[in-house]
Amino acid sequence: MAAKPKLWYFHGRGRMESIRWLLAAAGVEFEEEFLETREQYEKLQKDGRLLFGQVPLVEIDGMELTQTRAILSYLAAKYNLHGKDPKETVRIDMYADGTLDLMLMVALAAFKPPEEKEESLALVVKKAKTRYFPVFEKILKDHGEDFLVGNKFSWADIQLLEAILMVEELDGSVLCDFPLLKEFKTRISNIPTIKKFLQPGSQRKPPPDSHYVEAVRNVLQL
Amino acid sequence: VGKPKLHYFNGRGRMECIRWLLAAAGVEFEEKFIEQPEDLDKLKNDGSLMFQQVPMVEIDGIKLVQTRAILNYVATKYNLYGKDMKERALIDMYSEGVADLGEMILLLPLCPPDQKDAKIAQIKQSTTNRYLPAFEKVLKSHGQDYLVGNKLSKADIHLVELLYLVEELDPSLLANFPLLKGLKARVSNLPAVKKFLQPGSQRKPPMDEKTLEEAKRIFRIK
Repeated sequence: MAAKPKLWYFHGRGRMESIRWLLAAAGVEFEEEFLETREQYEKLQKDGRLLFGQVPLVEIDGMELTQTRAILSYLAAKYNLHGKDPKETVRIDMYADGTLDLMLMVALAAFKPPEEKEESLALVVKKAKTRYFPVFEKILKDHGEDFLVGNKFSWADIQLLEAILMVEELDGSVLCDFPLLKEFKTRISNIPTIKKFLQPGSQRKPPPDSHYVEAVRNVLQL
Repeated sequence: VGKPKLHYFNGRGRMECIRWLLAAAGVEFEEKFIEQPEDLDKLKNDGSLMFQQVPMVEIDGIKLVQTRAILNYVATKYNLYGKDMKERALIDMYSEGVADLGEMILLLPLCPPDQKDAKIAQIKQSTTNRYLPAFEKVLKSHGQDYLVGNKLSKADIHLVELLYLVEELDPSLLANFPLLKGLKARVSNLPAVKKFLQPGSQRKPPMDEKTLEEAKRIFRIK
């Protein structure tokens, strides 16, 4: 039996969370090593396991993969969540890249001074409401199907749910003008693997707090 | 079948890597330059830009947005994406590293004047301490002509484009990287790339004050 994928990251969402979501949604069990000290990080670097000296790092199928999007793409393909042909794949990529951009804004906001942080998070909500969610609402409306691409569950659906929940944490009313996204949220949340991941005690991580930010700064010496 | 059509302003920006990839693949393409803010508004209003942003590339009957999605689609179409999932993962990892450094260089013209020197120093440091050593090491590890699978891929094309940018910033930065210099020379000599590197091609020059002002005007950046 193949070894479980092993994730190396800080004990929080950051750039690893979308990877946790994808693995969980695909029903793949994974292990996590949390970076809590500078020494652990330096050891990873010294051992040559971080191609560009950065995490996320995912050990999978004999590879030491870094770079969030490279990891996500590999997992999506491996678990048949990346479309059935290049035209479906490119749609999934367009949608996933959009939602990932939005979620990374949230991840980075945690590290900004309080005023800038508030501004950044307000901008995320604004972009979600005016740029991203209207697009996905329209996509669902135009084809009337349950999933974003090819009438089949894909990486794009997982990321959109993750993004919806993340923005709702900032503004609970964000879906009020998007009835199809509300249904989408319910539908995807009820997929057994995702339902399980959404329950307390799963490997899903909480929103970043000052403790998390401090821990990351400490390890990376920022 | 029509040629791919690229929608962007007449400068490098986020479209240049797409121009390089298409050119290296020997694919002829058309360009429609956005010259006024109104041109961009028109694209937005007629629903051509999924997330209200360029680059946008019309290819195979679809209007593609999101730089990475476009690059990955083109790479797949023209066999520049490796032979299997694992090669693809490596190509993605390397391409993302190139994109990270490329992004820093791309955004340099927008840096406030009082921060510019510090930013340039930081970029140079990242170049010689993080990115170039990583790629030199990859080439050294297998001793082959190309980064992945002994065959030209998008990773090589993106890296060589980056090496030209690094050289424009400071030629001495490449001094201690013989294998990268070799890759640069080798890829530059491929007929399609050689043609693209000649004057009169669709390759765009470095951003000057005039082009920067034009870009700011078109994209309404202050």
